[in-house]
Amino acid sequence: MKKIDLVIIGGGPAGMAAAVSAYNNGIKNILILEREDSLGGILQQCIHNGFGLHKFKEEFTGPEYAWKYEKQVLDLNIPYQLNTMVIDISADKAVTFTGEHGGSQTVQAKAVILAMGCRERSRGALNIAGTRPAGIFTAGTAQRFVNIMGYMPGKRIVILGSGDIGLIMARRMTLEGAKVEAVCELLPYSSGLTRNIVQCLNDFDIPLKLSHTVVKIHGKERVTGVTIAKVDQNRKPIAETEEYIACDTLLLSVGLIPENELAKSAGIELDLVTGGAVVNQNRETSQIGIFACGNVLHVHDLVDFVSEEAELAGIAAAKYISESVKREENRIIFHLSEGISYIVPHRINSDQNDVILYFRVANVFKNVIIIVRDNEKVLFKTRKQRVMPGEMERIRLTADMLRSIKGDTVYIELEHVN
Amino acid sequence: MYDIAIIGAGVVGGMIARELSKYNLSLCIIEKESDVAMGASKANSGIIHAGYDAKCGSLKAILNVKGSRMMKQITEELGVKYKNNGSLVIGYNEEDMSAISELYKRGKNNGVEKLEIIDKVKLKQLEPNISEKAIGALFAPTGAIVCPYDLTVAAIGNAMDNGAVLKLEFKVKSINLSDGYYEILSDKERIQAKYIINAAGLFADEVAGMVGDNSFKIHPRRGEYLILDKEFGGLAKHTIFRVPSKTGKGILVSSTVDGNLLLGPTSEDISDKEDKSTTQMGMSKVINGALDNVPDIPLRSVITSFCGLRAVGDRGDFIIEKSKTNFINVAGIESPGLSASPAIALYVIELLKKMDITLTPKNHYYPNRKIYEPDKSKYGKIICRCEHISEYEIVKAIHTNPGATNVDAVKRRTRSGMGRCQGGFCMPHVVEILARELNMDFEKITKFGRNSKITIGKTKVMS
Repeated sequence: MKKIDLVIIGGGPAGMAAAVSAYNNGIKNILILEREDSLGGILQQCIHNGFGLHKFKEEFTGPEYAWKYEKQVLDLNIPYQLNTMVIDISADKAVTFTGEHGGSQTVQAKAVILAMGCRERSRGALNIAGTRPAGIFTAGTAQRFVNIMGYMPGKRIVILGSGDIGLIMARRMTLEGAKVEAVCELLPYSSGLTRNIVQCLNDFDIPLKLSHTVVKIHGKERVTGVTIAKVDQNRKPIAETEEYIACDTLLLSVGLIPENELAKSAGIELDLVTGGAVVNQNRETSQIGIFACGNVLHVHDLVDFVSEEAELAGIAAAKYISESVKREENRIIFHLSEGISYIVPHRINSDQNDVILYFRVANVFKNVIIIVRDNEKVLFKTRKQRVMPGEMERIRLTADMLRSIKGDTVYIELEHVN
Repeated sequence: MYDIAIIGAGVVGGMIARELSKYNLSLCIIEKESDVAMGASKANSGIIHAGYDAKCGSLKAILNVKGSRMMKQITEELGVKYKNNGSLVIGYNEEDMSAISELYKRGKNNGVEKLEIIDKVKLKQLEPNISEKAIGALFAPTGAIVCPYDLTVAAIGNAMDNGAVLKLEFKVKSINLSDGYYEILSDKERIQAKYIINAAGLFADEVAGMVGDNSFKIHPRRGEYLILDKEFGGLAKHTIFRVPSKTGKGILVSSTVDGNLLLGPTSEDISDKEDKSTTQMGMSKVINGALDNVPDIPLRSVITSFCGLRAVGDRGDFIIEKSKTNFINVAGIESPGLSASPAIALYVIELLKKMDITLTPKNHYYPNRKIYEPDKSKYGKIICRCEHISEYEIVKAIHTNPGATNVDAVKRRTRSGMGRCQGGFCMPHVVEILARELNMDFEKITKFGRNSKITIGKTKVMS
């Protein structure tokens, strides 16, 4: 069996950044496996700008941002294989894949980085009643039709869900001459970035209907309309508020799910909230030598942080391969107070470097203090005017702070102030 | 001029066509939709029933037991997945158990083999996830599952391999008898045939009416289903039924041959033969009914819901009989129609033999499908990530009888788009492959024929 130091599954932003970082840390025998026919992942169809503000202090389009990394992969001659689908990873890191010329192949990796990204939640997962005509798309599928293939999925649109892709597509379809009738959001707040609500909906007078959902899809061959309704506090539709909107297309932007079928096949422990692996600060999963980064680990709202996370995984994988030191026991786990839905990393086993904690709140809160404490001792405290699930929070725990921690549990809390 | 025209390309029409293609006859299968298996054959439970349900002596009982025995060999010949998973009818109280003992007796009388009434202990061994409230069950080891649309596609494909002609999007408007043959007309086309077999499903009464036979009525009975991710197909080792009621066999829980978990169907008499919409109430019924039997079903993992319409006749039994001159009705084929379909085909042959037609077997009949083989090295790329379907399989489905011409037809033949992402990733690729292979414009590719276009035209830059 062919031996490869580092196999990276996925050639999107996470996979490419991880590859470059592993390479720069001494690992040359790398193979990136990408299922599409180009590197760059979903960025290739994100032709709008807004990428890179944190990382490069400059705004790029998706393909431009991807090119920043693709160029490095090419310049460094890091091997990659396109149109290649990984079908299995064993717990001992044998990676089986099939390429465009058929037949499957297995390579033995010393380390694996999972960077497969995520998929969109579909209509079926929502159990929306009604018919099953043409004209129902996830926002990302519609984005591919418009931006990559050059075809219009429809001209009179209702969007369910105010995730970022849905918001971006509301603007995109409008610019292409379609009429976006409404964006319905089940929750009382949007899960998208504020800047997207402003730039993609408000600027185009597209109504955002919060606490609304689609209760029925109409049409035998193409969609002819949808019935929407307001929902109560338990997110149940209120019958008297039903309203029919004629349209030929329903776009869904109702959540992203990390694509972790391969992680499952490798027996990796998953976090039920994120849908991604449980990892330590190196983004190493429960299986030693298998790392995860990017949207396959938890869904990010900004690609900049995907890159940041992937670099960590790349460095850690390089270290694992070249030093083959035994993994240290976990020193710290986190306890999340009510109102915080998840945190990444889940565990910390070293106090050598600063660790950035990424977490999301479970609801929109105004005037809160975020507190990180080691039993009674407050390590970190910050006041926020507003926190929301759509915008990930980041806190840096310095190596000094980590070294000062006495307990094995660190508490992350939200304190509400008036 | 065809010897025989079969109206309706469902599993019944398909099985009859395949059986008739063994003889020296010219055959035409007529279907109003853009593909075969577009009615009840694509939206049902996929169960090969053991045969204990139907009343003794009924056509349903006789043909179910016989068809179920034939199914394994037929699926082997056609290369269709078949799994003999066995079925269970679960009892929760004494009333249920007495109904179960009636089913047991009826099954014995119908000729069902290996039936057994089992206690709670054995039930728990067979089906570890069954509700704690269950007290016993009827166990039918001969129960099985197939993929109903795969079976239909394969049967019609094989009939075509043996010379039958398939005419899609041919909606019969009228039928005229002249000079000893029938003229069948759609809006655009006409064909002539000496004999007609009416297997038009929900519309069989209307087709019979076109030759002046108004002796029966068909009405639609809606059944809604939910499908779960393959991760959970293993939750049900057998097909799990409740004790049947007047309107059907209740909400079942079963794995499918492809490994998903299937929940449903509801049973609701409606009036519109084309209303295949799911309802909030129906889906709640499915969920509650399924959870009664198997409480640990993870509803988060539902990947899609769908609805099928049963073709319910007004005579309480299958209607398979000679009607007007050289015209045979095969109507009211509700459950256990799928299980009975191979036996229905044989029964129809017997009816034909009593008519003025010569049936001489062909010298060269192919019981297996002729599969188009694309170049594997050229089409190895995986198109559907969730189900691991390669371009090779999609190209094969487009060019193997009966060829897929739209996205849903590809889906039914290959499972591309049937996984957890429901086509989110693969659908644009499938549209591209269809356009290329069929030499059609991209924007003309449909989801399922007619006006179900996937895209409506080019973007500004492209046009």
